[in-house]
Amino acid sequence: MDGVPKIQLSGLKKAFGPKRVLDGIDISVAPGASLVVIGGSGTGKSVLLKTILGLIRPDAGSIRIDGEETTSLDATGRERINARFGMLFQGAALFDSLTVWENVAFGLMQGQGMHRAEAKARALENLASVGLPKEVGELSPAELSGGMKKRVGLARAIATRPEIIFFDEPTTGLDPIMSDVINNLIVACVKDLGATTVSITHDMHSARKIATHVAMLHGGRIIWTGPIGDIDRSGSPYVDQFIHGRAEGPIQMQVRA
Amino acid sequence: MNPLATIGRVFIGFLAGLGRIALFAANTVSHCVRPPFYPSLIARQMMDIGFFSLPVVGLTALFTGMVLALQSYTGFARFQAEGAVATVVVLSMTRELGPVIAGLMVAGRIGASMAAEIGTMRVTEQIDALVTLSTNPYKYLVVPRVLAAVAMLPILVLVADVIGVLGGYLVAVYKLNFNMSSYLRQTVDFLEWMDVISGLVKAAVFGFLIAMLGCFHGYSSGGGAQGVGRATTNSVVSASIMILVVDYMLTELFFATR
Repeated sequence: MDGVPKIQLSGLKKAFGPKRVLDGIDISVAPGASLVVIGGSGTGKSVLLKTILGLIRPDAGSIRIDGEETTSLDATGRERINARFGMLFQGAALFDSLTVWENVAFGLMQGQGMHRAEAKARALENLASVGLPKEVGELSPAELSGGMKKRVGLARAIATRPEIIFFDEPTTGLDPIMSDVINNLIVACVKDLGATTVSITHDMHSARKIATHVAMLHGGRIIWTGPIGDIDRSGSPYVDQFIHGRAEGPIQMQVRA
Repeated sequence: MNPLATIGRVFIGFLAGLGRIALFAANTVSHCVRPPFYPSLIARQMMDIGFFSLPVVGLTALFTGMVLALQSYTGFARFQAEGAVATVVVLSMTRELGPVIAGLMVAGRIGASMAAEIGTMRVTEQIDALVTLSTNPYKYLVVPRVLAAVAMLPILVLVADVIGVLGGYLVAVYKLNFNMSSYLRQTVDFLEWMDVISGLVKAAVFGFLIAMLGCFHGYSSGGGAQGVGRATTNSVVSASIMILVVDYMLTELFFATR
């Protein structure tokens, strides 16, 4: 990797009580790369994303965005940095008091102060780019199916044309065909924006489709990282066990607490 | 298990909770005076807190005024002081019962709905989504609710005062056969501005407490549907207790300055 990485984490630690969720994370993401973080349930993948976004304060370590340290930022600086991020949440996290188009236009109107009429036009364009007709814009989020919610969430995440986009389990809970639709949309949108992305998933099919690089999180550490093409010859028994979905191997799932 | 350790743990937990609420309140106040502001959100909350609470506050105030007239009459009739009924009704309503009744009703109606709405937004990650869309959740969710409650509670209480006095008047005139005009004269004769104003100040403070506690419990809720349910209960219970405690403290304050 040449130049300044878009995102650089070093020695990142976070514990909740006695449970060390992140135990020294070191990784960097090059501009335009698409990193997919894989790992079992409860290994701290979501915590990792929320820590980078500043929603969770790390106990130790550094997070650099374009070389700028963000862990010591005040509220104003944090807002400035967050304006460059977009995120698709696991449950889409649409605002249910607003209509679909107001959700998509939210970042444009609140964050960038765009005029309502202009923001609506942009929101409808974004909805069209995720394959939703403009009639959907007038519905409320409660009237949408799971796949449609995800697509609206994606439209909202890309509406402000962010430089960095996070995807939190983009295909979880969707049928295989809709998963593939979402994967294609992600690839197309990211290509279109030229954004750097970090996704977390345990869906290997999705990972192979959207990743340029993969990192595996286990026990609070990154135990393997490399280009997606190398994942089948990682040489790591942990990665092999995960990508083939075997119950037997070095990773022991805690069945009983 | 050591019982002393348990007591200590509960006490420390209580203090930590108190500290979190104080920090939340300080944060809220500091965000109230810094832009951006959301006038349309404040207006919507004012509608919800003020206008839509009118029926429930009006009804409870009406019956409170009626029962006040009836009860004070039974008491005062024993030593031929029936003439004091009007004064007792108006003073009790403006100084005490108007703010407390309206406060408790709004705590049940508005505090609970704030905790449930913000709590649901928390557990469905909508609050995190606000942050990723460059919007401060304090300013967008908490400040409009608190400002609207502080502005609307005094107006609600003023309405409750008038309706409560009307309730007392109805009972006194139509049931206890008081003279209409002398009852009204006695109502205004001993009433001072301070009586009404002290009630309105209480109302504004209660409005702050209700909205702040509703938002606090919602904001810090976790653990899915059960967590939201607990947040709702806690917001109503804590606001109700705080209303009665702060009511006494404010009364003492006004009493000392008079």
